[in-house]
Order: sequence, then C-alpha cells, then structure tokens
Amino acid sequence: MSPQAAKELQQDPLPSGRPRAFWAVFGVVAAGLLGYSAVGDTFALSNLANFLLYVPMALGLGLLWGYCGVLSFGQAAFFGIAGYVYGLIAGNLVDVAGGTLVAAAGGIVGAALVAAAFGYFVFYGQVSGWIIPLLTLVLSLILETFMAQTAGYQWRIGRVLFGGYNGMTSIPSLRIGPVEFSGPTTAFYLLVVGLSLLAYLGLRSLVGSRYGFILVGTRDDIERTRMLGHNVDFMQVQVFTLAAALAGLSGVLYVSWGNYMNPSNMGLLAATLPVVWAAVGGRESLVAVFLSTVALRALADTLAVRGGEYAFLIMGGLLLGTMLFFPAGIVVSLARAWQRRTQSFGPRASRLAKSEREPGVLK
Amino acid sequence: MSVGTPPVSGEILLQTTDLTKSFGGIRAVDHLTLTIARGELRCIIGPNGAGKSTLFSLLTGLHRADSGRILFRGEDITRLAPFRRVQKGICEKFQTTRIYRRLTVGQNLLIPRAMRGSENGQLKWALETLGLADEIDRPAGELYHSHQQWLEICLALATEPDLLLLDEPTAGMTPDETALTAQFVVDLNAHGVTVLVVEHDMAFVRYIARQVTVLHYGRIFAEGALAEIESDQDVRRIYLGEE
Repeated sequence: MSPQAAKELQQDPLPSGRPRAFWAVFGVVAAGLLGYSAVGDTFALSNLANFLLYVPMALGLGLLWGYCGVLSFGQAAFFGIAGYVYGLIAGNLVDVAGGTLVAAAGGIVGAALVAAAFGYFVFYGQVSGWIIPLLTLVLSLILETFMAQTAGYQWRIGRVLFGGYNGMTSIPSLRIGPVEFSGPTTAFYLLVVGLSLLAYLGLRSLVGSRYGFILVGTRDDIERTRMLGHNVDFMQVQVFTLAAALAGLSGVLYVSWGNYMNPSNMGLLAATLPVVWAAVGGRESLVAVFLSTVALRALADTLAVRGGEYAFLIMGGLLLGTMLFFPAGIVVSLARAWQRRTQSFGPRASRLAKSEREPGVLK
Repeated sequence: MSVGTPPVSGEILLQTTDLTKSFGGIRAVDHLTLTIARGELRCIIGPNGAGKSTLFSLLTGLHRADSGRILFRGEDITRLAPFRRVQKGICEKFQTTRIYRRLTVGQNLLIPRAMRGSENGQLKWALETLGLADEIDRPAGELYHSHQQWLEICLALATEPDLLLLDEPTAGMTPDETALTAQFVVDLNAHGVTVLVVEHDMAFVRYIARQVTVLHYGRIFAEGALAEIESDQDVRRIYLGEE
C-alpha cells in the first residue's frame, strides 16, 4: 500500500489535490465490480448487490457521525420510511409508466423531509450531543412500533396494505422502460454498484471541499465554528437530511431487491447495524465505511447461514471490541500503523546506511 | 506596515447601554455602558471576576444579556445570533486557544466565513508578520503555544472584522513573543481594525493602549488615558493590590 493510499484510508479530511493513484485504484475497483457481473452467477450477484445496497446508508452515517460529529441511530428510520413510501406509491402506480421512478423519488424525498423536520427541532433546539443518539433511536423504535400495529384491511392506501408486523409485500421493483431492476437481475447489480460508487464519489468530493472542512470544524469545536460566522445549526440539519436521503436511497434499493418491507427494518438491531459498520471500519474515513459495510454484511450473511442468531452476538462483540481497542476503527487503525511503519522505515534505513559510512554513529 | 497615528474617528462603532448579565446570584456585568469609537485600540483591565470575559461573551452573543442594549454601527444586535454578529463584523479570539488542532494551518484558515470574498490582504500580512505563512501545511496542534494563539487571531481576522475582540492574547507567551504580539496589535489597529483587548500583562497594556477601561464587579470603575489610570489611587488599590 502506498503512503498516499494509507492517508486516503484515514481521510480526515481528504488530503488536498486529486492524486492519480486514487483514480487508478478507484478505476480498478469499479472495473472489477462491474466486470464481476459478466462472470458471477445470479445468486452471487444478488447477494453482493444486497451487501452493496446498504453502502449509501452507511456512507451517510459516516458523513454525519465521522465528519459532523453527530451520532445517529435514525438511519434505519429513514431507510424504512423510504421503503414504505416507495411501496405505497409503486404499488398504486404499478400500471403507470415511470410509476416506480416517481415512487423512488417519493421515498427518498419523504425520508429527507421527515429528517429535515426532525433535525430542525433537534439542532435549532440546541439539543446536547449525547441526547441526539437517544432521540434518533427513539424515532426508529416509534416508527417500528407504529408500523407493527398496522395489520388489517383498515390500514391500506389505495390497493396497498401496510401489513403490520408481517410487512408490506409484493412491492414492485424499480423499472425504467423495459428494464426491471429486481433482486436477481444483473441490471439491479449494476445499478447498485453504480449508485454506491456515485454516493462515495459525491461524498468524497463534499468532504474534500471547503464545506467539508467547515463540517470538520463543527465536529471539533462547534462554538468556535459558530463564532467564525457559520450557521452551524443549519449545516447540521443539511447533513442530517443528506444522510437521511442516502438511507432513503438504500431503503428504495432494498425494497426493489426483495419486494418486501417490514417494521423490523426500523427496529433496534437495524438501527444499530449502520453504527457498527461505521465504527468498525472507521467513521472518519468514507473508504473504511464502504469496505466495512460490505465486509460485515457478508460476514453477517455467512454467520446467519451457519449459526443463526449468533451473527448478532458477533456483531455486538465486534462493536465493543472495536470501541475498546480500535476507537478510530479497524481499517483506519491499520492504515495508520502502515503509514507509521513506512515513514519510520525511511529514516531508519538512511541512518543504517550512514552508520556504514561512519562507523560508531549508532553505537 | 508601519505604525501610524491611530485612525480614531468620531464615529461610534460599538455602544452598550445598561448591559446586565447575572449567573445565579452573581451579577457578572452590571448596567454597563460603554462606547467604542471606530479605529480605537482599547484595553479592558480589572481584577479576576470583574466581568471582562463575560462582557466579550455578551458582545459576541455567546451569552444573552439579561437586560440592556448593544448597538453596533448603530444597529441593535442585542438579540442577534452569534454567527450573524460575526457577519456584521465582530469576531473574538477566546481566552483559551481554540483552533482546529487536527487540521493544518491552511485548512484551519479555510473555515472562517469571509465577508467580502475578495483576497484578504490583512490576513496575508498577519500570517507573514506572525511567521505562520511558512507553517501552512503543519498540523495546528503541533505549533508552538504562541503560534497557536496567533493562528486563532488569524482565524478571527479571516472573517474580516471591523471589531476584533482579543481575550488575553499573550497568555503563556515569552517576553519576546509578547512584544511581537503587542507590535502586531498596534500595527493591526493602524490598519483600521478597531481592537478591544482584555489583558492582565501590564507591560503589554502599556505598550499598546491609549485608552483603558477598568472594570470592577461588572461596572466601569475608571476610564481614560493609561497614564491617568495608572496614577489613580483607587485603581491601584483594586487592581494592583496596593494599599
């Protein structure tokens, strides 16, 4: 790994400039992911698409928590809101051309609007930093509880039933013209790869901009940043809303993949998982969040197949272990260790070379 | 930049009227009426607990006044949000250094909101004068203490303020660094920035100040030219501890 790559992995915030090495690595990864669609079987592609579809939600949390300093358990709530809104609109517009696109936009905008309203009261109300995780968790749990009691035919809009704890079923997949983006299709896989990479690139460019530095300033000293002329309350609402929109994108992709949404997607476990993904990889690095989200989704999937409920215990253990031993995240810590090693090797090598010319220097 | 005659004008830049702030039963600022002319370089001195830092917090909006008014360029800003006051032209360097220690000097300077959008010649001059221009790529947390203090002054200057509030700008500095800071403040004032300084170091005050306000129990105890203030027996008693 090059020193530049190690720095990129720590990304706090981005080093200035756009190193060619980054684009070379990015190009290889993108080509690899896209090329995999030609060789992977349907099951593998569908699985990988399922892991990748959570990336926008996790990156949103990386931005909000890692760069803006706001820990939120609300990503699951916005994931669920977008999924349900998409299901309601798509189910009713199933016969209309472009209906699922309207539904996708509706889902994402719905999640963003709820986040903007919630964020307005939280951030303009100057709610203390440690209360926000609790409030966002409560938001997720309230939505889960509310949706769980929507069983019965009275809970319907148009032809779509809410479904209570059994969930909303038969949700149509996204469709653009003749192409349907359902779970087991190559088209869906390519869409998810494209959107997750785009989400990453977009956020990377945001955190590398002046706005990104102001966000980091807000995280490190909110009062100082306010006293340098910034409306930090408004900026926090903006970032909270953007993170929610990204969670909404994941929610829309999820229902398009599985044609199904149920309240447990907004429950305690679902609310905690994005926090685990961001913390384990390293919340201050978008690359680390990207990698850990896919890796931990894959790990959870493998464990679930082999060990049932033990997957959740292992995820919880990972979170505790990371917080205790790698507070900056595993990927970020490894990158830092690598950078220290490569940096210390240089001077040591030159000292050794010097000692050969001048015996006794290192004695 | 050379030191010129301080460009004090007759125009009132800042005026507080009956400004009052209490914390619990303690009245930190007590019906304070203060007038600062554009171009002034004013030192505010007083014993610990006199209300100097609280006064700054009221001017910047960090604390809300219980009563009284603050007029800045004739506009009532008493209820204005802190960031709006910065946009109006008031910025503070805090008592304890508050910079972004994990960012480089250059990245720190990206954060302040510049009001005019054009190149900030004053900031460029300040960075060069204070020796920070050569440390642009250095993490701020690795700077010497004095350089960190200077960086925070530069952060405030990056907002292009009309009124700069400096709360103990030389705390923890060596005599040489204090002298450089004093000369810098005088030059900055000559550049047209109105400066209000809270400082305990009397050598620093003697060097920079033409006008001094003495606070005691949140009220103005004495005000005037430095020589008058220093010869005032009551000031010597409350501030310098002389019998």
